[in-house]
Amino acid sequence: MNAPVMQGFPRKDGRKGIRNVVAVAYLVECAHHVSRLIVQKSGFDDVHLIGFPGCYPNKYALEMMKRLCTHPNVGAVLLVSLGCESFNREELRRTVAASGRPVDLLVIQQSGGTTRTLNAGLDIVKKMRAQLAQQTTVPMALNELVVGTVCGGSDGTSGITANPAVGRCFDWLIENDAACIFEETGELIGCERIMASRAITPELGREIEACVDKAANYYRIMGYGSFAPGNAEGGLTTLEEKSMGAYSKSGSSKISGLIKPGDVPPRGGLYLLDVVPDGEPRFGFPNISDNAEIVELIACGSHLILFTTGRGSVVGSAISPVIKVCANPDTYERMADDMDVNAGRILHGAELDDVGREIYQLVQSVAAGSPTKSEALGHQEFILTYKQFEPIGPACLPAA
Amino acid sequence: MNARDPETGKLPPLLLLHPEDNILVARRDIAAGERIEIDGETLTIPAPVELGHKLARRALAIDTRVLKYGAPIGSMKTAVARGEHVHLHNLRSDYIPSITRDGPEH
Repeated sequence: MNAPVMQGFPRKDGRKGIRNVVAVAYLVECAHHVSRLIVQKSGFDDVHLIGFPGCYPNKYALEMMKRLCTHPNVGAVLLVSLGCESFNREELRRTVAASGRPVDLLVIQQSGGTTRTLNAGLDIVKKMRAQLAQQTTVPMALNELVVGTVCGGSDGTSGITANPAVGRCFDWLIENDAACIFEETGELIGCERIMASRAITPELGREIEACVDKAANYYRIMGYGSFAPGNAEGGLTTLEEKSMGAYSKSGSSKISGLIKPGDVPPRGGLYLLDVVPDGEPRFGFPNISDNAEIVELIACGSHLILFTTGRGSVVGSAISPVIKVCANPDTYERMADDMDVNAGRILHGAELDDVGREIYQLVQSVAAGSPTKSEALGHQEFILTYKQFEPIGPACLPAA
Repeated sequence: MNARDPETGKLPPLLLLHPEDNILVARRDIAAGERIEIDGETLTIPAPVELGHKLARRALAIDTRVLKYGAPIGSMKTAVARGEHVHLHNLRSDYIPSITRDGPEH
């Protein structure tokens, strides 16, 4: 199989981007509309809107915004502040500047309101895009790629078709030293012992079991597991049944580490992302929707996301392309315009390996620049809310 | 159970995901009254079962642990006969109750 040659935009930290977007970031909800106007009126698909809505400080949100604004797929950043919010805009600006990226900051209260900020923002974005157009790409290998996976709108077909097909793709990526991340520990409840047995050290195995226990405890206090009515309509009955299906996205490689949102895998291998906050529940559900999970995978450096769905999701994301792998052949018939891969054909006799290989090829062609369905349709969903985390323990990333 | 019928070339309507499983998964929508073979016994499916839903592979007593992919996915709340739909009305989580739009199941 002749894979397309991947080209990346080299960054100062040594990573490479498969896209070169201008991120326009609002630093409080009060700056959201002005930021959205800048993105919309710029008229370019490669200008993406991200941001944090809260006015109160949150260490996690600041760290996430730093990771997102210095993500390899981001070439330049425009920060938009109202002016009175607590977000540490200067620290974020310094971090982006230190990464070697063009960065600018508009403070709406200082620049004179909506229209003046919009016009200033459009000028800045235009100049940034001109700068980015001068950048050249360099060859990029699979061992420089980080791929995340998430499932959304799972049903009784997900764990039979799309999820194990993504698992095969993950196995092949990892054989080529790519870093692959799977997640939602709250959707892996019931799989903790099997996962622990795949850890590269017994100590990491214990950390994995503990983080799933933490997730089960957290969801129990919240009163709901990560189980939506649509999951049941699609044939799933229990959280642990959904978990077993979700788990198969991880493939069969050894688990090299347990990371938290914003931690970038240090080398190739398979990583579990612990998305459930530490401590007692304080800010609500761990991730309030699929895009919150996607944003965390991207903050961990994911260049692209493999999104499996049975019921049928349409979302994409800001910053990193989303490849939609449809598990259910009936859903695929209804929503083919939104789906990149028809994994449901496995139920009609196709081989799992063939679908896995199609996903593996698609990862490389999307990394080489081909747009995904959600990208072409303009999906750039983004959500970031309050959370709290302690740093990972020493056993979570054993030396290779 | 997963191989094509040698005569018709058709795929069987039910999938066995693991040899130890006590449930089967519908590969396509199955209508009430369809005659389907399960482990050598041909029986009439009592109620419609949609794609992706589960059927009992054999009679399951109350509190039986249900196995899918060879792993436990919950326990039976009521007994069912072979071929019956296994879902929220007769299977419960051993971890956290599932939710519907009407609220948590128990």
